[in-house]
Amino acid sequence: MPSPAIPPGAADRRSFVKKVFAGVLGAVALLSPLAAGVTMFFDPVRRRKRQDAGMIKVATLDSVPKDGLPRKFAVVASRTDAWNRFPRVPVGAVYLRRTGPRKVEAFNVACPHAGCLVDFDEDNKSYLCPCHNSTFTVEGKRSADSPSPRDLDALEVQVRKDNGIYVKFQQFQMGQAAKVPLA
Amino acid sequence: MKPLLNWLDARTGAVSLVRRILYEQIPGGARWRHCWGTALLFTFFMQAITGFFLLTSYSASAQSAWESVYYIQSEMLAGWLVRGLHHFTSQIFIALLAIHVLQSVIFHAYTAPREFNWWLLLLLVPLGMGMSVTGWLLPFDQHGYWAARVPLNIAGIIPGIGALQQKLLLGGTEVGHLTLTRFLSLHAGFLAAATGTVLLVLCAWDRRHRPVVGANPNVAAPYWPDQALRDAIVCLAVLTTALFFVIRPRLIDPAAPLGAELGAPADPSEPFSAARPVWFVLFLFQFLKYFPGESEVWGAVVIPTLVLLMLVMMPFVGRWKFGRRFNVGFILGVAGGVTMLAWLAIAEDRGDPIYRLAVEDATRTGRRAVELAQSPAGISTLGAVALLRTDPYVQGPKIFAKHCSSCHRYGGHDGTGRIPKDPQRAPDLKGFGSREWLTEFLNPDNISSTKFFGGTKFKDGKMAKFVKKEFTGDTPAEKEQLRKVIIAVSAEAGLKSQRDADKQDARHIAEGRKLFDAEIGCSDCHRFRGGDEETSAPSLSGYASRQWLIGMISNPGHIRFYGPRNDRMPVFGDDKILEPQTIALVADWLRGEWYEPPPPTNTLTSASAPAGGK
Repeated sequence: MPSPAIPPGAADRRSFVKKVFAGVLGAVALLSPLAAGVTMFFDPVRRRKRQDAGMIKVATLDSVPKDGLPRKFAVVASRTDAWNRFPRVPVGAVYLRRTGPRKVEAFNVACPHAGCLVDFDEDNKSYLCPCHNSTFTVEGKRSADSPSPRDLDALEVQVRKDNGIYVKFQQFQMGQAAKVPLA
Repeated sequence: MKPLLNWLDARTGAVSLVRRILYEQIPGGARWRHCWGTALLFTFFMQAITGFFLLTSYSASAQSAWESVYYIQSEMLAGWLVRGLHHFTSQIFIALLAIHVLQSVIFHAYTAPREFNWWLLLLLVPLGMGMSVTGWLLPFDQHGYWAARVPLNIAGIIPGIGALQQKLLLGGTEVGHLTLTRFLSLHAGFLAAATGTVLLVLCAWDRRHRPVVGANPNVAAPYWPDQALRDAIVCLAVLTTALFFVIRPRLIDPAAPLGAELGAPADPSEPFSAARPVWFVLFLFQFLKYFPGESEVWGAVVIPTLVLLMLVMMPFVGRWKFGRRFNVGFILGVAGGVTMLAWLAIAEDRGDPIYRLAVEDATRTGRRAVELAQSPAGISTLGAVALLRTDPYVQGPKIFAKHCSSCHRYGGHDGTGRIPKDPQRAPDLKGFGSREWLTEFLNPDNISSTKFFGGTKFKDGKMAKFVKKEFTGDTPAEKEQLRKVIIAVSAEAGLKSQRDADKQDARHIAEGRKLFDAEIGCSDCHRFRGGDEETSAPSLSGYASRQWLIGMISNPGHIRFYGPRNDRMPVFGDDKILEPQTIALVADWLRGEWYEPPPPTNTLTSASAPAGGK
């Protein structure tokens, strides 16, 4: 309330400046801690996954039968979870399938739809996701009515001289047609 | 008393506030239908109280979340009760919320001036779902882990902000420590505070604008005591319902732990085919099956958001001539659709034997994890997940099914209960090395059957011929000799199941060892307790012992075993098909070597009292 001793115009001006300052200072005080907190909360966004995986040995050639049907193998590698580093733990699994005497095909077991792990159904010779019933052929091609937006994620694979099967184990963004590695 | 109350009221206003609340006139008088709001508020308070006490013992990290929940559930005094109440009351909250929304539309309680009451109530829907999604992951068992991956994935498919939003929720690219800390702070911090605030404001606004539809405007009665009594009865009913669900597992299965189920610790490398969302999200789970490929965003995000927007617009739609009827029709349609989708999901799972097996397996593994956690070894710093990964009881059947069951069988199946597609080509190994197994094997009628050598090249080999020739038409004395030899050979295995029998039969074992060489003539081909390394049949020194089995699986073609006569069995160890630990696990499993908890002394107290083994 302006006091009657001060001319009305000056009071309005002074009052306006006060209001602006009250608003700005109040906002700065209130929002600063919030901004600090939000900045910290966004930390995972700028953090990149440690690219140390490279090619991981998951099996030997002898352990993949010659029947051309896929078998599942665990992928053991070191994993970093925030403040912990776990050496040699299972980080996922792959399906391996022989396509030639020394040729092997590898798929990530995670369904590209929602990330459940697909099972290989030996009776129907196809992959079946137990969550939303996506199906894939032995070659990893999705069937037309599957909820999955893309085929099973094929992984880079090498059969080396020691008969070891090496896989570049990667996870990909789920739920979209494009196969984008998670970084 | 009165001066004191007046003194208090003049300074705080508390007394008049209580009076205003208790004696306010409710138009239409006390009605049961006014209890829903109170029930919702009571449910929230129950969650806040049980939630606080759970928080006093919970540890949010990928290495300790399951472990701390296990400790609350199985070790702490009344832990199962507090966790059980929290678990089931959360579901009652959602059910009450759904009923309340339905009721509000049917009685058009959204009409002016109650628009904001209605919007606040609707705000509880995403808040409740958020509470559920975040809370479900916290025990960090397989159920929670796999169920959380779907909403996290849905967060990622929203065009534009999806990837960012997903990373913020996960605290990275995978579910881990930071996902748990974030989910906990959302669950017990932000979302809890928001839900509580919304509920309190909603209560205040409901008093400001009472829903008067359907009430007789000429009748009014104070809240106290008629309505208060009804409210108390409803709150008690909520509590009783929650308590019923807490003890329900025991009513179905006497071996089941009381309260909410705790599955096996989350393991990203262990597939979990029993993954299903909580019942009130089942409709969405089923709905997603109908959206192929990239259209998923429609089913998961766009349509649910449109439905929610439609609800938000109801106060405006309701002003039109047929608006209210339209709103009622719409909400009934949504409710019917949701119910039908959920029912479809349940019906589909009921008829699926694979899903049933997966659920049984999930329950078994979850209980096994608790058994191992309660074993004298306990949970090490590697966490409970390591207990399961090194447990022959859990891993043995899986390894056998994957690597052995294309030729061998275990009690006629592949170790996990499934019947392999390939015909049996090698012996059934259930009870391998035991007296019963050997007795059956050395029976002239059995040795060349499919169960033993029938599928191998030894079907008509020296051993089969020998058994058929020597053991057919045995006299009782000869049968007794054979029995002693079997006991002696089986004693080499040192099986846990035969420990007492082996001790008792020490004399027969000694006789059997002599008979092995002399009378029966096994040592013509088999090496036994010393003797020539270069024999024409597998050595029976230490037969079926841990070391013998590991050696056999590692390299059946070794001179100690089949040598060059090995019939198709892969060289699992020396060819590096299997890791040494894996071979040891399957050997231990075949021998029945795994931790077994002592029998519970009293099944009724075993959930609350520390179980045996301590």
